Amino acid sequence: MNKSVNLRSIEMIRNSRFNEEDWPTKSSEEQIKVEEDVLRKYEDLHRKLKMSIHLPELLKEQHKKYLCETLFYLPSVYECLDSSRPWLCYWILHPLSLLGVRIDDRRKSSIAKFINKCQSPDGGFAGGPGQYPHLASTYAAILALAILGTEESLNIINRQKLKEFMRSMKQPDGSFAMHIGGEIDIRGAYCAATVASITGILTPELFEGTAEWIVSCQTYEGGFAGAPGMEAHGGYSFCGMSALVILQKGHLIDEQAFLSHKSSLQRWIVQRQMKLEGGFQGRTNKLVDGCYSFWQGGTFPLIYSLLDKAGNSPNDHLFDERALQEYLLICCQNPTGGLIDKPGKHKDVFHTCYTLSGLSVAQRFLNKKRVLGSYRNELIETHPLYNVRPDLARKALLHFNNLGVPTQNLNEGT
Amino acid sequence: MSDCSSDENENDTILYRDRPEWKDVTPLKQDDGDEPVVAIDYTEAFEDCYDYFRAILKKKEISERALELTKTAAQLNSANYTVWQYRREILKGLGKDLNEELDYIQKVILKHSKNYQVWHHRRIIVEWLQDASKEKYLTETVLAKDAKNYHAWQHRQWVIRTFKLFDGELEYVDTLISDDVRNNSAWNQRYFVINNTTGFTDEVLDREIDYTLNHIKTVTENESAWNYLRGLLLHGKEGLSNNKKVTDFCEELYKSGNRSPFSLAVIVDMCFEQLNEGGGDSRYTPQRAKELCEELINKYDIIRANYWKHMIEMIDKTMKDENIESSN
Repeated sequence: MNKSVNLRSIEMIRNSRFNEEDWPTKSSEEQIKVEEDVLRKYEDLHRKLKMSIHLPELLKEQHKKYLCETLFYLPSVYECLDSSRPWLCYWILHPLSLLGVRIDDRRKSSIAKFINKCQSPDGGFAGGPGQYPHLASTYAAILALAILGTEESLNIINRQKLKEFMRSMKQPDGSFAMHIGGEIDIRGAYCAATVASITGILTPELFEGTAEWIVSCQTYEGGFAGAPGMEAHGGYSFCGMSALVILQKGHLIDEQAFLSHKSSLQRWIVQRQMKLEGGFQGRTNKLVDGCYSFWQGGTFPLIYSLLDKAGNSPNDHLFDERALQEYLLICCQNPTGGLIDKPGKHKDVFHTCYTLSGLSVAQRFLNKKRVLGSYRNELIETHPLYNVRPDLARKALLHFNNLGVPTQNLNEGT
Repeated sequence: MSDCSSDENENDTILYRDRPEWKDVTPLKQDDGDEPVVAIDYTEAFEDCYDYFRAILKKKEISERALELTKTAAQLNSANYTVWQYRREILKGLGKDLNEELDYIQKVILKHSKNYQVWHHRRIIVEWLQDASKEKYLTETVLAKDAKNYHAWQHRQWVIRTFKLFDGELEYVDTLISDDVRNNSAWNQRYFVINNTTGFTDEVLDREIDYTLNHIKTVTENESAWNYLRGLLLHGKEGLSNNKKVTDFCEELYKSGNRSPFSLAVIVDMCFEQLNEGGGDSRYTPQRAKELCEELINKYDIIRANYWKHMIEMIDKTMKDENIESSN
């Protein structure tokens, strides 16, 4: 059943302030400062509410305009992302697709051609034309091509070479390096699993030991870290969980994860929602950031499907979808388009992508609508594993799986 | 996202195309195709440097001037992994003094401390040198400014594990926890040290439980300490609900009127554990768990009301299943 979602009362928000217990530390001081900024936003909104019943409003037209402009032109401050250009494509195309923007065929073709310029002769995609291939760029490039969803875009991917590139990234312990001579962490495993799954080159041999390695990144807190021993973290937890589900090893997360008091992953994730702000933090005792609306929020649909398998399906979201939508709509929108980390920060396409992805997740529980504000705020659904629209994910999966797994080259070795 | 702060007038401002020592090289423009997308409006210096970088990368030039060029390229975009990878190829090819490289990358790290590539470069140089003597100090310098910097912690853990430098680490962690008891990275490091040294023996567990409860006493709503406590208990044979020290502590806290949501959550878990695994402690009943969940829903943890509602359903379901079992 669709349910109307109402704002929290301003009293409820005011009463949710951090309890410092007369023991100020750097963490609590920073937290209280953010709460003040956020509370000011909520107070403003509640004042304006008396004059306009349409609030809070998702500024769809402004976001579309901002994203469409950045698709072609980025100012020089983006030089620091010159090795992430397929990411820039994905961070722009995905939120546009959630906003329902149709890109005309000629533009689609020029985007596909540009991404092809990033494809390496050694397989995989690089951060820009002429750079070395990189697993994260490969992930972003392939998702961007899937979002374009044309024959041309999907056929750009050299799957044979891609498979060879992925094999060269694979480590003996099951993990993946990001590039030749590059760092190894859980992003590698997730990017590899996603890419292999979408393009239909996933074989048990390519991922031997990967699920076990991912599980070794789960911490005593319940979330996943970037590498074994490190601290549980939102982005890495999404990577770990999604990769395990893609590899059909979700049951490894922890033995009794979905049955009892030992459900530490579930507990860790629900604890990441901030009581006053409504958004999510990435780690225990850190600050809220709009991008975790997806990294943390996006894992909930995965948790629901695992709970469902154990016969423990929840009746509603396990987080407060109303508070998350409040945070995104009231605290994270730049009035001229684009979304942000938290009040006072600059907009960028990364945050615009993951805040809108998180908003889309919060707006529905299974197939039931949970939209805060006007129905016009609704975004199109996103696929919880790949974070592209489900129809586009299906189209790509179908396209590639019909082609079968490319066979090994004679000179491919063992 | 990567660290976007930029350096100002560090290097001399002469463009590569105006330098006589580069006259023999034909700059190579970036091939974005006919209709570029996500086109960055590069500054003149950026475009100039990368035109020359592409040219030497293509011909795999291993030279002093190429090494110098990678420095400029890395300064303009420290996240360009191709630049760093190629720089390492040059360092190897020229047989450069790696201690100098260590000094250089330290300066870069102090400027761009939230960047994967610069830390990875450091790690490779340390591996090549097999000398980790400066690493603890470097990470401490970075952590002094940002005690939760993930890259610094990851580097530190790698160094400590690879070069067996666990000595003094628990004391360091203790200093950080004293500075900021809410520093979760420090609590995580505490777990890391113990897990890789003594392990969680009965004796260590007892000591750590005391340590943690002492910290919870001063700040009862510090999730870091509570999570660490749960981690400890799930290691022990006694589980959550059979450690007298912990159960007495939680009961005392509750009796004193404290309603830390983390404390209430642990009691809920204790009740649930007894329901699932038996234990016979009359304090921990499913009825009490459900009452506490109601308190959390309505007053002490409203933001997680949906979750606590689900918890009540799980408790009911478990009770129903147990009844069915006992009547069979």
